[in-house]
Amino acid sequence: MTAPLVTLDGVTKTYAGITALDGVGFSIAAGEAVCLAGENGSGKSTLIKILAGVERPDRGTIAFSGAVQGALTPRVSTDAGIKVIFQDFSLFPNLSVAENIAMTAEMGAGARLVRHGRIRDTARLTLDRIGVDIPLDAAVETLSVAHKQLVAIARALATDAKLIIMDEPTTTLTEREVRSLLAIIRLLKADGVAVLFVSHKLAEVLEVCEHVVVLRNGAKVAEGPADQFDAASLTLHMTGRAVGETPPAPLPPGAPVLLQVEALAKPGVFDDVTFALRAGEVLGVAGLLGSGRTALAKALFGLVAPEAGTIRLDGRPVPLGDPIAAAAAGIGYVPEDRLTEGLFLTQSIARNIAIGRLDAHARGGGVLDLSALWGETRDWLKRLAVKAPDPEAAVRSLSGGNQQRVVLARWMARGPRVLVLNGPSVGVDVGSKAEIHGIIADLAAQGLGVIVISDDLPELMATCHRILVMKGGRMVEDLPGGSVTTDGLAHRLAS
Amino acid sequence: MKLDWTRNETLVAVVILGFCVLAALSDPGFLSVATLTDLLRNGIVLGVFAVGVFVVLVSGGIDVSFTAVAAFTMYVTAMTLNALMPWMPWWGALAVGMAVGGLLGAINGVLIAGFGLPTLIVTLGTLSVFRGFMLTFIGQKQITTLPPGMREFGRMMLLRGENADGSFYSLHAAFVVTVLVVVLTWFILNRTMLGRAIYAIGGSVESARRIGINVRGVQFFVYVYVGVLAGLAGTIHASMARVANPFDLVGLELSVIAAVVLGGARLAGGYGTLTGTVLGVALIVLVRNSLIVLGIPSTFQSIAIGCLILIGTGLPAWQARRAAARAA
Amino acid sequence: MTDNSPLARLMTSPEGRLAVIAVAVFALMSVLSPDRFLSLQNMTSMAFQFPEFAILALAMTVTMLTGGIDLSVVGIANMTAIIAAMIMTRLTGAGDGTAVMLLALAASLALGMLAGLFNGLLVANLGLPPILATLGSGLIFTGIAIALTGGSAVMGLPPAMAWIGNSTILGIPTPLILFAVLAGALSLLLTRTAFGLKVQMYGANPLAARFAAIDITGMLIRVYVLSGALAAIAGMVVMSRANSAKADYGSSYLLLAVLIAVLGGVNPYGGYGRIIGVVLAVLAMQFLSSGLNMIGVSNFARELIWGALLIFVMIVNTWRPFARRT
Repeated sequence: MTAPLVTLDGVTKTYAGITALDGVGFSIAAGEAVCLAGENGSGKSTLIKILAGVERPDRGTIAFSGAVQGALTPRVSTDAGIKVIFQDFSLFPNLSVAENIAMTAEMGAGARLVRHGRIRDTARLTLDRIGVDIPLDAAVETLSVAHKQLVAIARALATDAKLIIMDEPTTTLTEREVRSLLAIIRLLKADGVAVLFVSHKLAEVLEVCEHVVVLRNGAKVAEGPADQFDAASLTLHMTGRAVGETPPAPLPPGAPVLLQVEALAKPGVFDDVTFALRAGEVLGVAGLLGSGRTALAKALFGLVAPEAGTIRLDGRPVPLGDPIAAAAAGIGYVPEDRLTEGLFLTQSIARNIAIGRLDAHARGGGVLDLSALWGETRDWLKRLAVKAPDPEAAVRSLSGGNQQRVVLARWMARGPRVLVLNGPSVGVDVGSKAEIHGIIADLAAQGLGVIVISDDLPELMATCHRILVMKGGRMVEDLPGGSVTTDGLAHRLAS
Repeated sequence: MKLDWTRNETLVAVVILGFCVLAALSDPGFLSVATLTDLLRNGIVLGVFAVGVFVVLVSGGIDVSFTAVAAFTMYVTAMTLNALMPWMPWWGALAVGMAVGGLLGAINGVLIAGFGLPTLIVTLGTLSVFRGFMLTFIGQKQITTLPPGMREFGRMMLLRGENADGSFYSLHAAFVVTVLVVVLTWFILNRTMLGRAIYAIGGSVESARRIGINVRGVQFFVYVYVGVLAGLAGTIHASMARVANPFDLVGLELSVIAAVVLGGARLAGGYGTLTGTVLGVALIVLVRNSLIVLGIPSTFQSIAIGCLILIGTGLPAWQARRAAARAA
Repeated sequence: MTDNSPLARLMTSPEGRLAVIAVAVFALMSVLSPDRFLSLQNMTSMAFQFPEFAILALAMTVTMLTGGIDLSVVGIANMTAIIAAMIMTRLTGAGDGTAVMLLALAASLALGMLAGLFNGLLVANLGLPPILATLGSGLIFTGIAIALTGGSAVMGLPPAMAWIGNSTILGIPTPLILFAVLAGALSLLLTRTAFGLKVQMYGANPLAARFAAIDITGMLIRVYVLSGALAAIAGMVVMSRANSAKADYGSSYLLLAVLIAVLGGVNPYGGYGRIIGVVLAVLAMQFLSSGLNMIGVSNFARELIWGALLIFVMIVNTWRPFARRT
């Protein structure tokens, strides 16, 4: 038996006293697809960096085809055929498809001049190899996300890839695009190319994988043949416990309608969306990427302007496409991407909360009543149990869970009627996740309407009174909480 | 061929054409060899500067020190050649100018590529440093007796002739240098891997690093190259003016950047063509020299250029904003 | 390494380092030229010199806090000064012309704000990059100034006009008082008002500001209007000191204003900057250039030293071996 393509053994890495990877070992054979599953912060990205030669492990060995390597450098890794496709694809938006595919190979060949013929041939050949047809002269910025991903795969193949590492490959693809990606992965495997999927949601790619490795808090917690895992067991291993699937207590029958959305439409994104949210209700919105759920969430808060339909809060219409009017009406929005959309990372924790309350504490001439403002801010830090030693410290010094609580506190301080939470527990640890679910339940108990949009189906099951299923921009089902299981819901989304 | 109205090149070309048609209508004498040679002559130094600025913008940086590099270079070159190498022929003088400019560019390169400092701040600083150093330690007086090589170059004409009214017209040989600079830069940007790497860095520095492009090396090259071109432009300017005035050129930097941006290069990097840059320079030169033909007093020059910048960059910005709103 | 001496703590913030630089420069110049640098006459003349460009640096600071820049400040200063000067020369009759002067000053302030509004609309509503919007508008403002005057100076201002730039109040030069009041007011505006905090937060992350339901358009417009108003005030000081208005006065002040703001620790990409830093940067530069003047260094050496100081401070602030990791 030949040695596996890549073997990791006891790989350990610590950053400033925090163990990012702790004695991780597994191997990947040629032509094999492996799933590396783990939540954010489980050590996945550190592992990618180590394999790519960007970071050095503190301990442990890495062997290519049985030969133990010394210090890996990016050069050694790429020469060994290990190619990483990062989540953002690392393409050049301003250059053509052909150049993006062939540039690395041309540089590797030591070319000084641009050889157009060779560049086009290389691009043509690699695209043919994965059986796709993308115009070679198109600028990459004009392509769809799925096509960009294919260009990134073709670029890896153009430089003689033996192992392609794909970071979060499916998060931005539609269901159909995931299918065609899987078909391409099968082609690659038949060609002897190995693939390592690295993701926090891998149920979609399980069917092409031979092998699964699960990381949690830097350690390998499960490993085995792919057919022994399913969506539920992967989640269990990644989070370390079964998230309770008991839905919240039912709403009192007389709960008044708070938010009424009617025939909301934006051509090509979502269409004819109608639903009602009652006071004290937690409403889940489930849908794959491309189903229109994020655009809908943003439309409720005015960040996306629908072209038709109405949103009414307490019977009064909310102006469409205007976040300031939406916020004034009492709608709050906690974004999915906390780091770029939610937080002002370099600013203090206190300011990150206070930003929503500046106008409320402004006296004559816009001068702030600072003691009242900071008093209120400290109060919210306490109420949401944010573990912050110093409210004046930059918010980026907090953990994911505490950061999310800061964003929640910003909106709760405004006393909203409806909160839209997009991915409320993305990138937070298990303990914080349960506490955030507790906060959601408290908000509902206070009579707020809460809308939760999430990929995390167990989370929807645990927090929502009702779950709306979105597909192709339309609401296709309205499921009472507890009427389906996680697996049942997963099937309805994918079918 | 279909016109692509979203491209700045088209827009600028149409404005130039419209300008010329209006000018010809109001003064038939506008369409003459004399006007053409006059405009070309005025575009020589501006053109070389603009090509350099274009390369920096493509790489995602900005350079405001190039005018100081040019002034420094022409002064030091004239002084050094006079004192040490009066025998230097014209091409030698240009070569010395390029070398001095390249050296100053290398200082920018070290600060930007080596220390990783922001390009605008660094070149703002070196603008003051180069100019201050020259005026403090080298000299403030005009050099009216240029070295023989530069004088020789200053007299070289590509063509001369006489107009119908008896006045003379001529096209300076330095125009050939500008054309060569455009051609060489086009070759570097479009036909060498180095040039593609400049575009790649402008498109995404992080991606460039990940695929193994030597980002610092490429940046260093870019700032040296701009320095070389600025040195060349400075030496040409002095030769054509037949005097090296240390107070010349500085203050021109925003006009040059305006010309390049009008031509479609983006401050964020990665975009733009040399065609656009050349058209941008042509438009600026036209406005600076021929506004009067349209019956607009020359005091309205900067208003006209300001409006062109706002329209030329505002239209694409507005279109992009509308497209973004539509796309959700 | 736990060095907790006051000096070491001072050196951890950009403003602290600047304070040390300013004091060091002052001490050095006092030692090099004790009788001249420390003389009352020199102190007074410094206090008359720097406010005009320091006020422009304040304008630059406000826009830089949002991640923008205002390249039109000098254009606004000259255009508003010329229009004020034209009003005064047309209307002045007998007397010292105080009433006419006040009218002209009000007009120039209003015009400065109008010019700022134009910039604000370009940046906030049209989405133009601030550097291009204000480059273009600056050319237009300068162009208007040239077109109105044909490029020559407007002279013959009423005697009252000299007051702003050349008088003293209780022995303190009026321009210095004006600058101190403006800097103090701006500092309060930025740290104690809703508007000021929004400006800083927006500069730190424009996208998050949008998601936090901040009225970005209104805030940006106010920022550029404020910058325009400050530029107009600087224009009045220049006009008063020169006793005339001209389209190309203070053309070297544009880059100087950017330089001071950055030297003062303002992050040109937005989100960080303190008025005290800008004030310290102005003082350090003024001490340096006056002191060098005393010991016989030419005017042009100031430019050299300013540029070198800017690069030095940038290296200290950003280069790893110097910047302390928090």
